[in-house]
Amino acid sequence: MSATAPEGVVEHPIRLTLNGQPRSLQVPPWTTLLDLLREQLDLVGTKKGCDHGQCGACTVLRDGKRINACLTLAVMCDGAELVTIEGLASDGELHPVQRAFIRHDAFQCGYCTPGQICSAVGLVYEGHADTREAIREQMSGNLCRCGAYGNIVAAVEEAMPLMMDAARRQGGSNS
Amino acid sequence: MTPFSYHKPASVSEAVSLADASSRFIAGGTNLVDLMKENVVRPNRLIDISGLGLNGIKATSNGGVLIGALVSNADLAWDPIIQQHYPLLSEAILAGASPQLRNMASTGGNLLQRTRCYYFYDTGTPCNKREPGSGCPARTGLNRIHAILGASDACVATHPSDMCVALAALEAVVHVQGPASERKIPFADFHRLPGDAPERDNQLATDELVVAIELPPPVFEHHYRYLKIRDRASYAFALVSVAAALSLDDGVIQQARLALGGVAHKPWRDTVVETMLAGQAPSQALFTQAAHTLLQGAQPLSHNGFKVTLAQRAIVRALSEAVLGVAAGGTTP
Repeated sequence: MSATAPEGVVEHPIRLTLNGQPRSLQVPPWTTLLDLLREQLDLVGTKKGCDHGQCGACTVLRDGKRINACLTLAVMCDGAELVTIEGLASDGELHPVQRAFIRHDAFQCGYCTPGQICSAVGLVYEGHADTREAIREQMSGNLCRCGAYGNIVAAVEEAMPLMMDAARRQGGSNS
Repeated sequence: MTPFSYHKPASVSEAVSLADASSRFIAGGTNLVDLMKENVVRPNRLIDISGLGLNGIKATSNGGVLIGALVSNADLAWDPIIQQHYPLLSEAILAGASPQLRNMASTGGNLLQRTRCYYFYDTGTPCNKREPGSGCPARTGLNRIHAILGASDACVATHPSDMCVALAALEAVVHVQGPASERKIPFADFHRLPGDAPERDNQLATDELVVAIELPPPVFEHHYRYLKIRDRASYAFALVSVAAALSLDDGVIQQARLALGGVAHKPWRDTVVETMLAGQAPSQALFTQAAHTLLQGAQPLSHNGFKVTLAQRAIVRALSEAVLGVAAGGTTP
């Protein structure tokens, strides 16, 4: 992964919120967010598949939006709020999308699953998927070589209203 | 990745002052970071423009829209003003890339993604675009995805953007800031055909920054179609794509716009065919004639002859669906 900083090239300080925790880090400018998470912060739930933005295994949420961590330079995440697969469960309870993936058996080998789940959470936040067909289209940035697509779509379909309910409960009386 | 230095300027003028031939601006990074990983591009210095505040979509005094260069592809596609008044642009953007990439990629960066092919990416092979003068293996090699229009002996790569095909059809204008002044480049002049200098994809100088894209007042809100033909149902580059837009009055075409993606080094707009369509009543015969005229100069390679027929049929279908209007043609297949 990242080379050692040659003379004259400085590491850059960044501050970010990672899974709810404030972090202050020093990063060489060529370190990707994916390598930062996996190699320096031991958050190996985010997977390296193609490393070219084509498979979606590295999908994480930046400021609530799903992105490919493999094509994101860590230095450009200064000030960002990041959520990885490790940050979705709260108080020991799985996220509604995680529960739906288990209930629908929406994986086989599981390698793409963290990216699929983060992508699905982002899809619900974005709020543009109102049909099964739209879910299929808007999950197209996540490949599953085992071919669990049918069950993935079913899981996302089931989790969507549960997530919205949870958001409404957290949002209080906002109707 | 080859090490580089990183700078995050606070103003457009500072960003431009930092730029030279060995530097690159970075916004979404979806193409640039990938090219850097493959050592296809090795800048000494990255200039991060994400803090420059070029994030707005606002109305212009003449009834058009000015889109900041840093507006993400997703925000642009889903923007209510764009969806209502420039639905061709929304449809094109949503036909491209993946949701993750559209969240990251910027409007300006979409224009500046490299015209490319797999030989350009493979540093183990020659490529005139990557290393001028080294040769083009695509001409005699695998060239199924390559250009059929406007190519040269030096390069047969295609510009992969969907957004840019719609911007070409909509006659967008690119606002560019250089060290001395700002200039406005009509979209048709922004990207280049390869000629004997395929290393240059566009007309920008190394110290010029795209700051905004301007759209003229909307004309094609009802009769439009972005039709993308690709090897799988989603998330693949176009083999051929067509942006078709018509304004109709009393059953007669007033204005027509027609641009193709996946066929040339730049978005391929044909104003001669557009003129041919204007003043005519839409018909299958007219559209077939237009399609044949547009592809007259096509020069297919050994593996991509199918693109000529595919493009002709896609043009006829896109124009026909544009005539039918929003209800029939407004969804992406």
